[in-house]
Amino acid sequence: MGWIGETVDSIKSLQIRQVLTQAVSLGMIVTSALIIWKALMCVTGSESPVVVVLSGSMEPGFKRGDILFLHMSKDPIRAGEIVVFNVDGREIPIVHRVIKVHERQDTGEVDVLTKGDNNYGDDRLLYAHGQLWLQRHHIMGRAVGFLPYVGWVTIIMTEKPIIKVWLFKTVVWYTIKIHSAS
Amino acid sequence: MHSFGYRANALITFAVTILALMCAIASLSDNLNSPSPSSQVQVLNINWFQKQPNGNDEVSMTLNISADLQSMFTWNTKQVFVFIAAEYETPKNALNQVSLWDGIIPSKEHAKFWIHTTNKYRFTDQGSNLRGKEFNLTLHWHVMPKTGKMFADKIVMSGFRLPDEYR
Repeated sequence: MGWIGETVDSIKSLQIRQVLTQAVSLGMIVTSALIIWKALMCVTGSESPVVVVLSGSMEPGFKRGDILFLHMSKDPIRAGEIVVFNVDGREIPIVHRVIKVHERQDTGEVDVLTKGDNNYGDDRLLYAHGQLWLQRHHIMGRAVGFLPYVGWVTIIMTEKPIIKVWLFKTVVWYTIKIHSAS
Repeated sequence: MHSFGYRANALITFAVTILALMCAIASLSDNLNSPSPSSQVQVLNINWFQKQPNGNDEVSMTLNISADLQSMFTWNTKQVFVFIAAEYETPKNALNQVSLWDGIIPSKEHAKFWIHTTNKYRFTDQGSNLRGKEFNLTLHWHVMPKTGKMFADKIVMSGFRLPDEYR
């Protein structure tokens, strides 16, 4: 609690103009993060342009904690592509590779079957009960880029919420500190 | 101004920027590599060929696959995922891609290989169109980098044909 008291004291001792500058710069950090995220959504056409790998089903290619950049274009889905898909009744999206594609002659609709590189069998066991194929609307995007380890930040933050609070405090404290020092 | 926190902040920002730059350069350097892979596939035997109770044709075959993918490896390559897919057209479907075999190549030393195998995944049609069907066998590869952009391409081998009768 000493932390909050200290911060309140330091805010009180500042002039109103300085407080406003700090509020604005803090707002800038938050909004610029939001702008980058939304811009990525527009560019990639995917509702979540960056995903964190949570399971080891694609090892040794993708390990837990790696991040993937997604792209969702109008291009048809083909075998071999790594797609991120949602299954009805499951909250967490899955990142797996397409192993079978059947594309309709007249409508262009596709039936897709996926499998994790590290799994023994295909994904029919993961799909909703009785579902044999994925359709286009299940697929959120295809993976185009890869960055190792970075996703650990979010994994740690979701599993240990205390770190999120601590990180937020530090950011607030630093913006105030840096601005009052200069 | 010259507090510990301030310096630590500057140092971490600089380190992360350099690391990001190095990752970007490593990924861009992959573009300089122009791979020249080669591959050969033979269908040695049709083990069995029948219509399932649900009306779909299914075939089991023995393949002999040889490929040289050594030119695909660069310093930024973690592994190459390689698979053989049967591709054909039916009255119902404009394109059918059925993966028959796949493998992970962890390093350049393992990139020149040959393997004698039956199909690892079931070669099943949506419907009953496989009798006498002409199909392509396509060797696809998917280069997974240590960091950055992934690459994929394929070699199409045509002129394969399934038998006219079930066996």
